[in-house]
Amino acid sequence: MDAPLTPKLSLRAVIVRRAGRPVLNIPSLDVPTGRVLSVIGPNGAGKTTLLLTLALLERPTQGTVLFEGARTTGQALALRRRMAVVFQEPLLLDRTVQANVETGLALRGVSRGDRHGRARTWLERFGMGPFAARSSRTLSGGEAQRVSLARAFALEPEVLLLDEPFSALDQPTREALTEDLSNALRQTRVTAVLVTHDRDEAARLGDDVVVLIRGELRQSGPPESVFGAPVDAEVAAFVGVETVLPASVVERREGLMTLDAGGYLVEAVDDRAFEQALVCLRPEDVTLSPAAGAATSARNHIPGRVRRVVLTGADARVELDCGVTLVARITRRSLEDLGLREGDDAVATFKATAVHLIPRQ
Amino acid sequence: MDLLWDGLREAFWLIVHNDEDVFEIAGRSLYVSGMATAIALVLGVGFGAAIAFGRFPGRFVALTLVNTGMGLPPVVVGLFIAIMLWRSGPLGELEWIYTTRAMIIAQAVIATPVITGFTAAALASLNPKLRLQVYALGASKLQMLWVLLREVRLPLLAAIMAGFGAAISEVGASVMVGGNIPGHTRVLTGTVLREQSSGNLGTAMAFGIILLAMMIIVNALFTWVQLGIRRDAPRARDGADTDTPAYPLVTPWTLR
Repeated sequence: MDAPLTPKLSLRAVIVRRAGRPVLNIPSLDVPTGRVLSVIGPNGAGKTTLLLTLALLERPTQGTVLFEGARTTGQALALRRRMAVVFQEPLLLDRTVQANVETGLALRGVSRGDRHGRARTWLERFGMGPFAARSSRTLSGGEAQRVSLARAFALEPEVLLLDEPFSALDQPTREALTEDLSNALRQTRVTAVLVTHDRDEAARLGDDVVVLIRGELRQSGPPESVFGAPVDAEVAAFVGVETVLPASVVERREGLMTLDAGGYLVEAVDDRAFEQALVCLRPEDVTLSPAAGAATSARNHIPGRVRRVVLTGADARVELDCGVTLVARITRRSLEDLGLREGDDAVATFKATAVHLIPRQ
Repeated sequence: MDLLWDGLREAFWLIVHNDEDVFEIAGRSLYVSGMATAIALVLGVGFGAAIAFGRFPGRFVALTLVNTGMGLPPVVVGLFIAIMLWRSGPLGELEWIYTTRAMIIAQAVIATPVITGFTAAALASLNPKLRLQVYALGASKLQMLWVLLREVRLPLLAAIMAGFGAAISEVGASVMVGGNIPGHTRVLTGTVLREQSSGNLGTAMAFGIILLAMMIIVNALFTWVQLGIRRDAPRARDGADTDTPAYPLVTPWTLR
């Protein structure tokens, strides 16, 4: 077993204020060496501020940034030269593609011969080899972002910081680039921080995920625990849990728990000790059936009336009014088979294992 | 109309007969204004960068001063510098009054706000995040400035042209601090002034035409360099996707 490594980057008691208002408040955050940390959160959560602080491009109002456990004060330039940043926009210089990739190397004092070779290698890796002699002005958005990634990897940084690198790209371009980035990250084993509002991207690229909401870290852990077991209603809403019902425990039996959620009985797999909880359901875990005299006392069956149906590509998002709102995502095909329309009665069903409970006071 | 014709004929005559005065005066104009522009370039780029990137108290005042300075009345500059360099003035001991040095200073003062204004506008037109990106690539402050100045090299050339134009075409300050002394501090604009007030309208016209011709030649040179930069810039291949250029190809300055 490896001895636990010093985290590559750490924040301690960091507060960033803009115009007097705190935009970031992080008591403690470690970026583990050799791993990819995804930072997710809604727009305006302070994700970019967090990234700029880690990149030593923004000085926190209070607190310290540590690089390999050592203070960074007065070392910003030297440490910036051990890191690389890819922004949302490609931000290329008005030069050739090759010169763009070489610029950072030149600024870091890499010899001319090495510059050329490294730039070439990484342009090839990101499929931009044939574009080397072209002007950066002639590239499409996706091509430019490939050059931006090649430019960052060519620096052979110890830390790679990525600020929503694909959010301005169309879906197919995004897919292809995510794949290439994933390969490059795995091969170089570079310590990385990926800031994104895209949950899929965060889960796919990150070894660990932290959730940032309104400048504060709400949850951190492996992707499956963050997405599967959000700690509060806001995190739940952000990670794609669309149904959150307040409930109280009525019975416990061998790891199974029965709760009363507004008059309906919900069964969940959980053996923690609490009396009140929020029942969380992801829309894809809820199935619908026609209301053919279903018994309302059955567990994990909640009857209601279809309030709204939204068609999204191959799927349909159905909002069911059961006194509270319950959201289901089913295929368009099954929607047609069920013949459900707005105003129809229907029953929502879900498995006990699909229920995630957030304890409440 | 005759006057214009006479002027043209005399200008031609002055040049082809290799009149030493003409070449001496034109050479001095070029030297004084060239030096002034060089000084103004160093100062103007520094001030321009400070105004574009700095977040200091008094930035508004600095911007206002620069914008005013871009149209600074040369006689006021001349008067101020003459007072400073006057034999009994604070810098009188230098004994620079009525020398080309005094003229260089005066013209540099006139050209600096012009170059400052252009530089600040050019740098401010860049994507503000580009600066962060350049820092993130590992640039020191000076390296960052150098990389970004390269980004605005076309508008910067326009700034040099505008600065040189302002320097070589002004007359009030040069005459006040230089004294318009023949063979010593007389430049083209001063000669035009002198000949006109002596009633030699043809000769005045001739020197005016020579001044204009010289400005055209100098600007043609800079324009040639400007276009060269554009031509050297690698081009899109046929069929390349050019609908989303990273930066606009034409700035208001490249259209000048």
